[in-house]
Amino acid sequence: MHARHFVRLLQHEFALEWKNRQTLTSLVVYSLSTIFITYLSYRHRLDLSTWNALFWIITLFAATNAVARSFLQESRGLQFFYYTLLTPATVILAKTCYNILLLFLLSLLNFAVFLLFFELPSFHLLQFIAGLFLGCFGLSTVLTLVSGIVAKAQGGAALVAILAFPLLFPLLSSVLEFSGNALQGMEWSANESPFVLLIALNSILVALSYLLFPYLWRE
Amino acid sequence: MEVWKNHPARQSWWKILAVALLFYTFYMGFMGEVPRMPILNETIRNLYFHVTMWMAMLVLMIVNAVYGILYLSREDSYLDMVAEESATTAMVFGAAGLITGMVWANYTWGAPWVNDPQLNGTAASLLIYAAYFILRNAVQDDRKRARLAAVYGIFAFVMMIVFIMVLPKMSDSLHPGKGGNPGFNKYDLDANMRAVFYPAVIGWTLLGVWITSLRVRIKKIASHYHD
Repeated sequence: MHARHFVRLLQHEFALEWKNRQTLTSLVVYSLSTIFITYLSYRHRLDLSTWNALFWIITLFAATNAVARSFLQESRGLQFFYYTLLTPATVILAKTCYNILLLFLLSLLNFAVFLLFFELPSFHLLQFIAGLFLGCFGLSTVLTLVSGIVAKAQGGAALVAILAFPLLFPLLSSVLEFSGNALQGMEWSANESPFVLLIALNSILVALSYLLFPYLWRE
Repeated sequence: MEVWKNHPARQSWWKILAVALLFYTFYMGFMGEVPRMPILNETIRNLYFHVTMWMAMLVLMIVNAVYGILYLSREDSYLDMVAEESATTAMVFGAAGLITGMVWANYTWGAPWVNDPQLNGTAASLLIYAAYFILRNAVQDDRKRARLAAVYGIFAFVMMIVFIMVLPKMSDSLHPGKGGNPGFNKYDLDANMRAVFYPAVIGWTLLGVWITSLRVRIKKIASHYHD
């Protein structure tokens, strides 16, 4: 893997996204309408655990929507182009990295809008944002790899959700605990072990997709 | 086909052992002495029939992951057959463990399903392997299917281990012996029960391996006639 190729591919992904702005818009609109539907169905203040659960479920669906397409939208020609020029490790790391950034920005927006509709009493903003980043990191890593699998299986976006959701259980349950503690305004000491767990889990996820992706790549 | 002559799958000693151990499990499981524990009472016997299902399931899932790794390095279709069939048997054992657990929980906890990390872990593993089979069915080409399934299976196995081994340690469980509940963890499982439990684990696991090996052989014959 070459750092130069990695950066170049990352730039290329951003340029492609910017050129094709309607996908970006559709992702934002999708999240906004999901949040609005939630608002219409609840209308009143949520208690903390409901807030937390709803927010993460919305994030999960937004993530699936945003990341599932990362390999699916690519033409066979483009894949061959990558194949001849780049190592598989570069491709998966650049794609994952791009998806993490995209999803994190999208989730920050989601969070702001969600907060607007459903107020919260005082909570640890920084801790929550840290949890949001770690959650987006894991979601993107899993979904990017699964998107690669599904692209090879010639399946659709629905298959990405079916395959990825079961793999996300451990990540979601630990991130829910982490952000739940942050929302309750607990001391940092309460969140120390979920934090370490999340870091460890994310490292495992990256290591696995780094090791396994080259086998998908071969044809 | 020469390899098959003395292949462990065709030897009978471990099958006889499996049957003997399971007879022992059933006899001692219903007739043996068990400690009198509050709440658990006679349901403690479920240890031999419920917990052992998980053990057998776990062993078969390890087989699935190991054969997945072997497939990725050697690309031999036989390895993929073993991986697939061990996952099938693991699902059967998982479902059996879930059902025996739910019957037991209904009498001990008062409800067949409670929010318990171990229950959730099991449900998660079953869903993960259900997804594994969905992926297998979605791919037409044999070699591609084997490779994608191996990649997914390895990933799934690691996630499952995190979910059932690591996460439950982070929170309290209602299960006997956990979170201050009375029950059968390794410190207070008495010697009588241990003498039944360990043979039971081996017996059920061997049964699982036996079922898997038969299914692999059937598959091998089928693929031989298809070609």
